[in-house]
Amino acid sequence: MRKIYLDNAATTRVRPEVAEVMMTHLVEKYGNPSSVHSFGREARVAVEEARGQVAALIGAKPEEIIFTSGGTEADNLALKGVARANRSKGNHIITTRIEHHAILHTAEALEKEGLEVTYLPVDQYGLVDPEEVRRSIKASTILISVMAANNEVGTVQPIREIGVIAREKGVYFHTDAVQAVGNIPIDVNADHIDLLSLSGHKIYGPKGVGVLYIRRGTRIQPIVHGGAHERNKRAGTENVPGIVGLSKAAELARIELKEHMDYLKGLRDRLISGLLSIEDVQLNGHPERRLPGNVNVSVRYVEGEAMLLSLDLKGIAASSGSACTSGSLEPSHVLLAMGIPHEVAHGSLRFSLGKFNTQEDVDYVLEVLPEIVQRLRSMSPFAAAR
Amino acid sequence: MSQETVVVAMSGGVDSSLAASLLQEAGYRVIGLTMRLWSEADEDEDLVPAEGGCCALSAADDARRVAEALGIPHYVVNMKGTFYREVVEGFIAAYARGETPNPCILCNRRLKFGALWERARALGADYLATGHYARSDRDSRTGRYLLKKGIDPDKDQAYALYNLSQDQLSRALFPLGGMTKGETRRLALQRGLVTARKPESQEVCFIPDNDYRRFLKKRIPEEIRPGPIVDSAGRILGEHRGLPYYTVGQRKGLGLAAGKPLYVIRLDPQENTLVVGRSEEVPQRRLIAGDLNFIAIDQLKGSLRVTGKIRYRSREAAAVIEPFGEDQLLCRFDEPQWGITPGQSAVFYDGEVVVGGGIIRRPLGDR
Repeated sequence: MRKIYLDNAATTRVRPEVAEVMMTHLVEKYGNPSSVHSFGREARVAVEEARGQVAALIGAKPEEIIFTSGGTEADNLALKGVARANRSKGNHIITTRIEHHAILHTAEALEKEGLEVTYLPVDQYGLVDPEEVRRSIKASTILISVMAANNEVGTVQPIREIGVIAREKGVYFHTDAVQAVGNIPIDVNADHIDLLSLSGHKIYGPKGVGVLYIRRGTRIQPIVHGGAHERNKRAGTENVPGIVGLSKAAELARIELKEHMDYLKGLRDRLISGLLSIEDVQLNGHPERRLPGNVNVSVRYVEGEAMLLSLDLKGIAASSGSACTSGSLEPSHVLLAMGIPHEVAHGSLRFSLGKFNTQEDVDYVLEVLPEIVQRLRSMSPFAAAR
Repeated sequence: MSQETVVVAMSGGVDSSLAASLLQEAGYRVIGLTMRLWSEADEDEDLVPAEGGCCALSAADDARRVAEALGIPHYVVNMKGTFYREVVEGFIAAYARGETPNPCILCNRRLKFGALWERARALGADYLATGHYARSDRDSRTGRYLLKKGIDPDKDQAYALYNLSQDQLSRALFPLGGMTKGETRRLALQRGLVTARKPESQEVCFIPDNDYRRFLKKRIPEEIRPGPIVDSAGRILGEHRGLPYYTVGQRKGLGLAAGKPLYVIRLDPQENTLVVGRSEEVPQRRLIAGDLNFIAIDQLKGSLRVTGKIRYRSREAAAVIEPFGEDQLLCRFDEPQWGITPGQSAVFYDGEVVVGGGIIRRPLGDR
């Protein structure tokens, strides 16, 4: 059976160039970067070179790059680290209702420690209003955390505007850029970003490695203790194979960004227009301010989960915002925050395109999905009643 | 002809694992679905789910491993909400009424062959299979779909399926109906199924520690009020801790210091009274059942000689059933039966064939 992977927002296939450099650091240059001998030195060099590559991708300085175990840890470090280091200054954080759970659950955990958190609403497209951010800033506000682009609906936030406001008010600005990095241009200086999370496996790198960019001078405490690694910001022996893999992925992402974006947008727009030609299908998220690889639609009168499984049986890997299979009964918190009614949110489906996808992949989806929708609607009491 | 598709309800146990394997060998296109059901452990992190319970997370993982080894697609479907509404709430309400419910029976009809079938149908399934020890068949004379006992008398589970409709039976497959549990384990081992040695699942899958009294106390504290324990003559013998803690036929835990052993004869929720008596007062000959479902026959018209079971683990006994008022039946056993309990199901058989059954409303005094 033909198998088509359209879930690149969940994770991506590692590029062969990336796998190759990782292999070298698994079986040849396997030293511990903290060791003084030659094995350690070559590993140290690789890690420091990697820092430079990642920094170049986001316009940072190498010493502002802290390697972590992934995007989730980077988000945890940003929120907990800044909150705990700046208690004397204030105890208020501003974030949004559509963040990834790595942010939302961390913020909830901090609330239990006595922190005050404001969760900003979004409009029907999933956009945060920068003026709303400004209005929410208080004397006690220490951190604003707004994602650069949403993982479910792909909406790209006005982070530069928010960054300007944060800078003006003297508040730290963190952005979870796990979905954005490598897919849209980001520059920590132009965008006035103080902290930024990114992850290796979303940009054709390995799982288990990520980065928190920390602008020089930012007051932050480590959350993992146990050594002087990563400038005392994150203890633990460096995941060298992961770090060099991320480095290669970051280097290629930087070089190919423009071309990559154009390619994905072409596939995306073809898929969106094909899907919208199915009756009672709506696009979720912003029509223009959107990640180049993100397609999120709601198919009325059909359960997202049923479509997802039916697509899988046809070899197509997508994902559903309703996430019934993941154990949550509630439809996506992102779609609900956008004011999309429950029944529409339940019929949502996300396709996330990647560099290994082709036009044939898109056409295969457009060939298969209408039949699935028709079959499911033929047994849906809601479709019959419309 | 295109290959027929069957969805197997995979609980993560050995039975449904083997069912999936056997159907695959029989040439079906097999898809595994595991229901994620509500469990009290979802709400209380301190409660660790019991081994093998079908609500446990590990159950879905085991099912996934089996499916992966067989090379069949497998999905976990979230049915927590449906399960809570259709099964758990009914379970709680029945205890609050002074009954002793059997949640598995409700789950089979509403969840497995109800909500899960809807999911299966959405995936293009022709049949839904389970690992029950029961057989389905079709009566060539009447055209009705039949439910028969599994051939392993120790494992027969037709009892728990008596309330399936004709429609539900028409698409049900029970690949283990002709097998003993021993054979199942042997065949599962032969096939290297990772679940081959798993223990039997627990009694009430959504109560992790199997302590239904604690569970009820937490959910319906207002229904658990101490009240009098009386004998059949109305003499007060002591105090009970709340009616939902007791079931008909129970001897232990009454806290009575009487000379002769005493047993629960009846729960009287109206008076919040527990009626006890000597062992010879427990058996009853007649019962009224409602919520009827018939399988081998369309409806009960006159009196019918059957064998009947008043709970899953009770022995079959000769009886006559006949219609009683609106949508109920009267069952009269040849010999008095121990522990006829409101809320439990009475299921009636004609030899191997399940005639039908219903939920016991009350025993009826002898005439």
